[in-house]
Amino acid sequence: MSELRKERIDRPIKARTDDIYALMGYREISYLLLPRVLPIVVLLILPLIVPNLYYLRVLNIALSFAILAASWDFLANYVGLVSLGHALFFGIGAYTAGAFSAYFDLPIFVTIPLATLIGATISTALIYPTLKVRGIYFSLITLAFPLLLARLIEATDILGGTLGITDVEGFPNPWVESYLLIFSLIVVVFGLRRLLGEDLGIVLRAIKDNDLTVEASGINVNKYRAIAVFISSAIASFVGAYTAHSYMFVGLPYLNLEYSIFPIAATVVGGMSSIAGAAIGAFILVPLSEALREFGTLRIAIYSLLLMLFIAIRPEGIYMFLWRKYHQIERWVKA
Amino acid sequence: MIRVENLTKRFGGVVAANNISFEVKKGEVLGIIGPNGSGKTTVVNLITGFIKPDSGRVFFAGKDITAKPPHEIASLGVVRTFQNVRPFYNLPAYKNLVIPLYSPRAKSFEEFRHGDRDHIALDLLEEVGFERDSPIPYKPASALPHGYIKRLELARALALKPEVLICDELFSGLSQAEIASLLPILEKLNENGLTLIMVEHRLKELFELADKVVVLEYGEKIAEGKPEEIVEDEKVKEAFLGAEVI
Repeated sequence: MSELRKERIDRPIKARTDDIYALMGYREISYLLLPRVLPIVVLLILPLIVPNLYYLRVLNIALSFAILAASWDFLANYVGLVSLGHALFFGIGAYTAGAFSAYFDLPIFVTIPLATLIGATISTALIYPTLKVRGIYFSLITLAFPLLLARLIEATDILGGTLGITDVEGFPNPWVESYLLIFSLIVVVFGLRRLLGEDLGIVLRAIKDNDLTVEASGINVNKYRAIAVFISSAIASFVGAYTAHSYMFVGLPYLNLEYSIFPIAATVVGGMSSIAGAAIGAFILVPLSEALREFGTLRIAIYSLLLMLFIAIRPEGIYMFLWRKYHQIERWVKA
Repeated sequence: MIRVENLTKRFGGVVAANNISFEVKKGEVLGIIGPNGSGKTTVVNLITGFIKPDSGRVFFAGKDITAKPPHEIASLGVVRTFQNVRPFYNLPAYKNLVIPLYSPRAKSFEEFRHGDRDHIALDLLEEVGFERDSPIPYKPASALPHGYIKRLELARALALKPEVLICDELFSGLSQAEIASLLPILEKLNENGLTLIMVEHRLKELFELADKVVVLEYGEKIAEGKPEEIVEDEKVKEAFLGAEVI
């Protein structure tokens, strides 16, 4: 009998070349496809197997936070713009969709794309002057934006004031509501990851690394930062618009700190700089937060404690952990 | 090609550049030398727009480029390298050139627009002394030896096809042999019409290359002339007293 030894299953692929895959046979193709296809399949099945509308609602919240977190991860960990004011993008998208729906009676399939574009345009215009300041100063200024907007709406009583806009059109049925988000999440995660591998993505990542060298290379750094803000805020505005229609209401809670902080927490738990990790983080935190509801006011304390424990035990994030483990899977081969 | 008129820049109480003027003609090699802290890098930053002067003007090909943003100045063809080179470490060496090749200036050149991008990058790396058939151009920049990082920085600047190339201490940290292999590359570039401004500490090598030298001390220009004149200048001797050089 011949001897057996252990070998990493990706060895034949890695041995050929590191980033250009030369694939031989279904086994290697499935090795690469599995981590990409499996989450998509699970996502597509989930709405079909949840027991009732409550869980469908939890799923929708997780999905929308997953998209929000992915857009935050893109801007913060790839472009280097650590925004503490993602609620601004989210809120502007929500208010735009809500206003178009309630005041102009536009149908949902018009308001959502419109709010995505208008939200991104307004957000980018607001953020643009702050792009010159870097690091912590940028973060602090962005933190103030949603608060400022909320006080503005409160004081001037525009857009429904403190009462908000209530007669926003709802989704025609729960399937549209869930699958719209599922398809969006897939497009956002794979789209952003693809973008970051393209030339534009390389330039954006280089800006995070060393903006002076990019500027010295004849590239207008602020312009590309603005493009990144536009992409990120378009995604967040989309989620805002979706949520406005989903709850059939827009109001000041949409500018809450929660929408700025949650994407950060999800990204930390899921794994920074991977886009997919941010989404995974949202899928852990949202159900966790729901499961803790029975603890009443202790919920936040337990939630925070778990979050801290998690960061202490697995600081690299779930995604990195899974990724590493997946690549370390071994099989027996003839020696 | 580049004319600097009465450039002055103060940082708080420190006068980093005081009323500095000089001119480089097309195809010339200008050396800027001076002891540490004499304002050499400040002058580079002032010309390339990275800092704005308190007073004075910078002209390129007769046009006033004072205080234009750095990317615009680079787009006009006045390109610099950095003294403290920080390449994009997690990208392979040749992928580092994606960034300059993505700039509007690089895209405006026919041969860059139509050729295969990776090929163009490898050509540029070969021009500065990367062995094309070796694994070195494909290594991540973080794994490159210092000498190659300096070459990579030079290639990054050349990807913009500069008309004026300003090298800020390109030779610093390089061995005698490494400098010797870079010199012919710079000479060839200059022969092909590139105007060079070399800010240097290594005077011996610089004097082989330079047509004209400007000497700075404490932010002031203390001498200007041909290398052989500079060597004899009393003020310069005093400023560099004890240096290996002259």
